[in-house]
Amino acid sequence: MTIDWPAFTPGSALTGGLLIGFAAAFLALTLGRVAGISGILGSLLVSARGASADRGWRIAFLVGLVLAPAVATLAAVPLPPVQTLVDWPWLVLAGLLVGLGTRIGSGCTSGHGVCGLARGSLRSLAATLTFMAFGVGTVWLFEHALRVSP
Amino acid sequence: MRAVAAFLCGLIFGVGLLVSQMTNPMKVIGFLDVFGRWDPSLALVMGGALVVASIGFWWVERRGRTMLGDELALPPRRPVDARLLGGSALFGIGWGIGGFCPGPAVVAASALSFDAAIFVVAMLAGMWIATRLASRFATSAGAGQAAAGPGAQ
Repeated sequence: MTIDWPAFTPGSALTGGLLIGFAAAFLALTLGRVAGISGILGSLLVSARGASADRGWRIAFLVGLVLAPAVATLAAVPLPPVQTLVDWPWLVLAGLLVGLGTRIGSGCTSGHGVCGLARGSLRSLAATLTFMAFGVGTVWLFEHALRVSP
Repeated sequence: MRAVAAFLCGLIFGVGLLVSQMTNPMKVIGFLDVFGRWDPSLALVMGGALVVASIGFWWVERRGRTMLGDELALPPRRPVDARLLGGSALFGIGWGIGGFCPGPAVVAASALSFDAAIFVVAMLAGMWIATRLASRFATSAGAGQAAAGPGAQ
């Protein structure tokens, strides 16, 4: 392992992390809910006809999420670039796997990785270790074993 | 009131993802590239988020109610099962290929990244397929119950 020191951005990483944690804590304190993005998106897809009382806060949360880049720009927070390393057929495959996997596994980086771990959930610990391990393994496969991306 | 709180949470969450650069797949891949040139930044994102979130969850679970006086609706604690691990493995593979997880992908697409938008559409399709599969299983389980005797409904 070599650490990529020039790429390391501890200040912005920690600041962003504290904001994410604050948002998750705030949602728990005000609504008693877990800020799991895949859960919020997934339940909106399902309950389109069931129209539950929980639709409202999920939609409001998503509106906030979607407006974040605009608000950040207004607040003069520089937007980071979005640099993908693979072509769009790979992005489609990646999207399908992430959509399927997060619904089957009941959570993603936010629901399991932040909220679940913060609650000391054993399930979330197992889920986080699993998706981290498979993420690391996949990057190793693509970047080093197969050298698919540049 | 609830909608305003949820909106603010989503907004702060999204700004946090932008500030931390989680919305940049290259940054995420750099973090997952443990066997290459490793960028440890995202460990600090998660660490920072965990410290604050832990305090919030500890406090609210101790109170037993939200600040608005409602009952908590947190997911129940259940044992680890194959579904959880299998789903998480699929998610990890997709995360490693694209460098996007759900929240950052939505924010990056909102920042008008075409690549992120493609990913989000595919992700929503994946979620929809997963729900279809789940309801198929639930329907067959429900049919089994109905056959076992009258009652439910």
